[in-house]
Amino acid sequence: MSVLAGAPANRDLGAPGTGLAVSARGVVRTFGDRAVLRGVDVELRPGEFVALLGRSGSGKTTFLRALAGLDRQVEGDIFVPAARSVVFQDPRLLPWATVLDNVVLGLAGGRRAAAAAGRAALAEVGLTGHEDDWPKTLSGGEAQRAALARALVRQPALLLLDEPFGALDALTRIRMHALVQQLHAHHAPAVLLVTHDVDEAILLADRALVLTDGAISLDVRVEVASPRLRRDPAFVDLRSRLLAELGVDEAAEGARALDGQASPPTHRDAPDPSPDRPSTDHPRTRSSR
Amino acid sequence: MSDQALGFDVASRRTGRDRAHARQAIGAPTSPAPALASPTLTRLPTGHGDAKTGGRRRFAAPRGLERLVGVVLLIALWQIAADVGWLRSDILAGPSVVVTAGADLWRNGTLPHSLVASVTRVAWGLGIGVPVGTVLALASGLSRTGDDLIDANVQMLRFVPIIALQPLLIVWLGVGETVKITMIVIGVAFPIYVNTSTAIKTLDPGYRELGEVVGLNRRQLVRRVVLPGALPGFLVGLRLAAAIAWLLLVFAETINATSGIGFMMARAQVFFQTDVIVVGLVTYAVLGLLTDGTVRFLERRLLRWQPGR
Repeated sequence: MSVLAGAPANRDLGAPGTGLAVSARGVVRTFGDRAVLRGVDVELRPGEFVALLGRSGSGKTTFLRALAGLDRQVEGDIFVPAARSVVFQDPRLLPWATVLDNVVLGLAGGRRAAAAAGRAALAEVGLTGHEDDWPKTLSGGEAQRAALARALVRQPALLLLDEPFGALDALTRIRMHALVQQLHAHHAPAVLLVTHDVDEAILLADRALVLTDGAISLDVRVEVASPRLRRDPAFVDLRSRLLAELGVDEAAEGARALDGQASPPTHRDAPDPSPDRPSTDHPRTRSSR
Repeated sequence: MSDQALGFDVASRRTGRDRAHARQAIGAPTSPAPALASPTLTRLPTGHGDAKTGGRRRFAAPRGLERLVGVVLLIALWQIAADVGWLRSDILAGPSVVVTAGADLWRNGTLPHSLVASVTRVAWGLGIGVPVGTVLALASGLSRTGDDLIDANVQMLRFVPIIALQPLLIVWLGVGETVKITMIVIGVAFPIYVNTSTAIKTLDPGYRELGEVVGLNRRQLVRRVVLPGALPGFLVGLRLAAAIAWLLLVFAETINATSGIGFMMARAQVFFQTDVIVVGLVTYAVLGLLTDGTVRFLERRLLRWQPGR
């Protein structure tokens, strides 16, 4: 495996001369005799927002860890920028360091400059005033925003998001989606968002990939006019297509969900081809039934 | 409580079910509703807007003072027992006699002298034993080789009672100060080692991963992540170590010493001076409490980040 970090001069280019932020070819990862990744090819252009979807256990987090440089046993050719940040599913803030110290952890440059950059990043995620707080006093959403600030303060050319909203409640998740969109518009890093939430992928990404049986089985542009609304027919069509690729038969799952529920769907957010289909606000919970 | 009171009469329930059947006919979901028996409701105990005292007590003394009531009662009982002659003074001197003896011992210099001798031994024992245990723990927690070389040995030696080492230590080191301090050093190093190395080894691997992601080098990783992460474990070890240090001091001083609280008590034993013995016991207790208080203070200062501190 060769992880060639780009030189500082062209840090936006993972593989110098290719004009890409990520170039991964033939990525293979086996655990014992189980091959989780069997030749994944993924390219990201600078500033591109790509969502990587997959069922649980499909290896999407394994792939993200490979791009982060956290996996030394992975095989294949992987080119990523030197300036890359990761946001994990858990905020992973050091509990013994203040919020500000967490944000600037490992940041090069003088203490004062780092602190100033850290304060600015915290302001950007709306955490001004929490600089000196202990992480354990933050709410789940606040902690994850601090983790986002920690990722952004490094001015990454590649931002790796590993299901960063998975543990948040639905309302907080909506606000985090808006924040991520805003931060992406402002900083324009290439983003790889690993998620199993199809709606999240369509709301945020320029392109959606589906990882099935250790390889990319679908690579589709998200062409839904912004602001992206769940009731937009283009949104609905793409959702159906992605869910089908993930092995979720919407009609069948819908009927089964209805069997188990006493109350009818409280709202319909899309003109619906199948009358039995319930709201797909949470495809995650449905597919796990 | 009747169905009527809750607003569910039998008829309306039936119509509700009929409606459910109707819904099913047009494809809406339903499940056969079981008959709705109204449960008996109990009032839960709730506050009356005075959360601090629970609204029960008229007088509220500080908790620390309240806790002293038992101690005061015990001492009063002890004094009475001594005064009415239930307790002979050669068995156990009464509190007033003990206080007088303590004052005398303080004034004639015996107690300050003994105190300095004992505190010095414990200070040396902790001062050497804590760093020794910490360094061993770091060596074993931070490197595979260190772990292989140190951990198995320490885990084995841990089960040798330190007091049983005394004959060997006397052969090696004689009966002077060195042997007493050495015993304390050994006794202190073990709890420090065990708790600190365990804390390092069980540190959430996610934090190390984070250190890697944000580009910490090894030295920064140890300083910013491993050491602060191991601090709670180290402080647990320190509290145990402080208790063990006093325990071993008592033992070392009563066997062979020419100074210290234990020596003072051993000499008093020869003359049946139970008042002096009790003064020694009280001194040990106070010193133990002070040491424990110091470690607790350190915990509060150093672990401010932990919720509930």
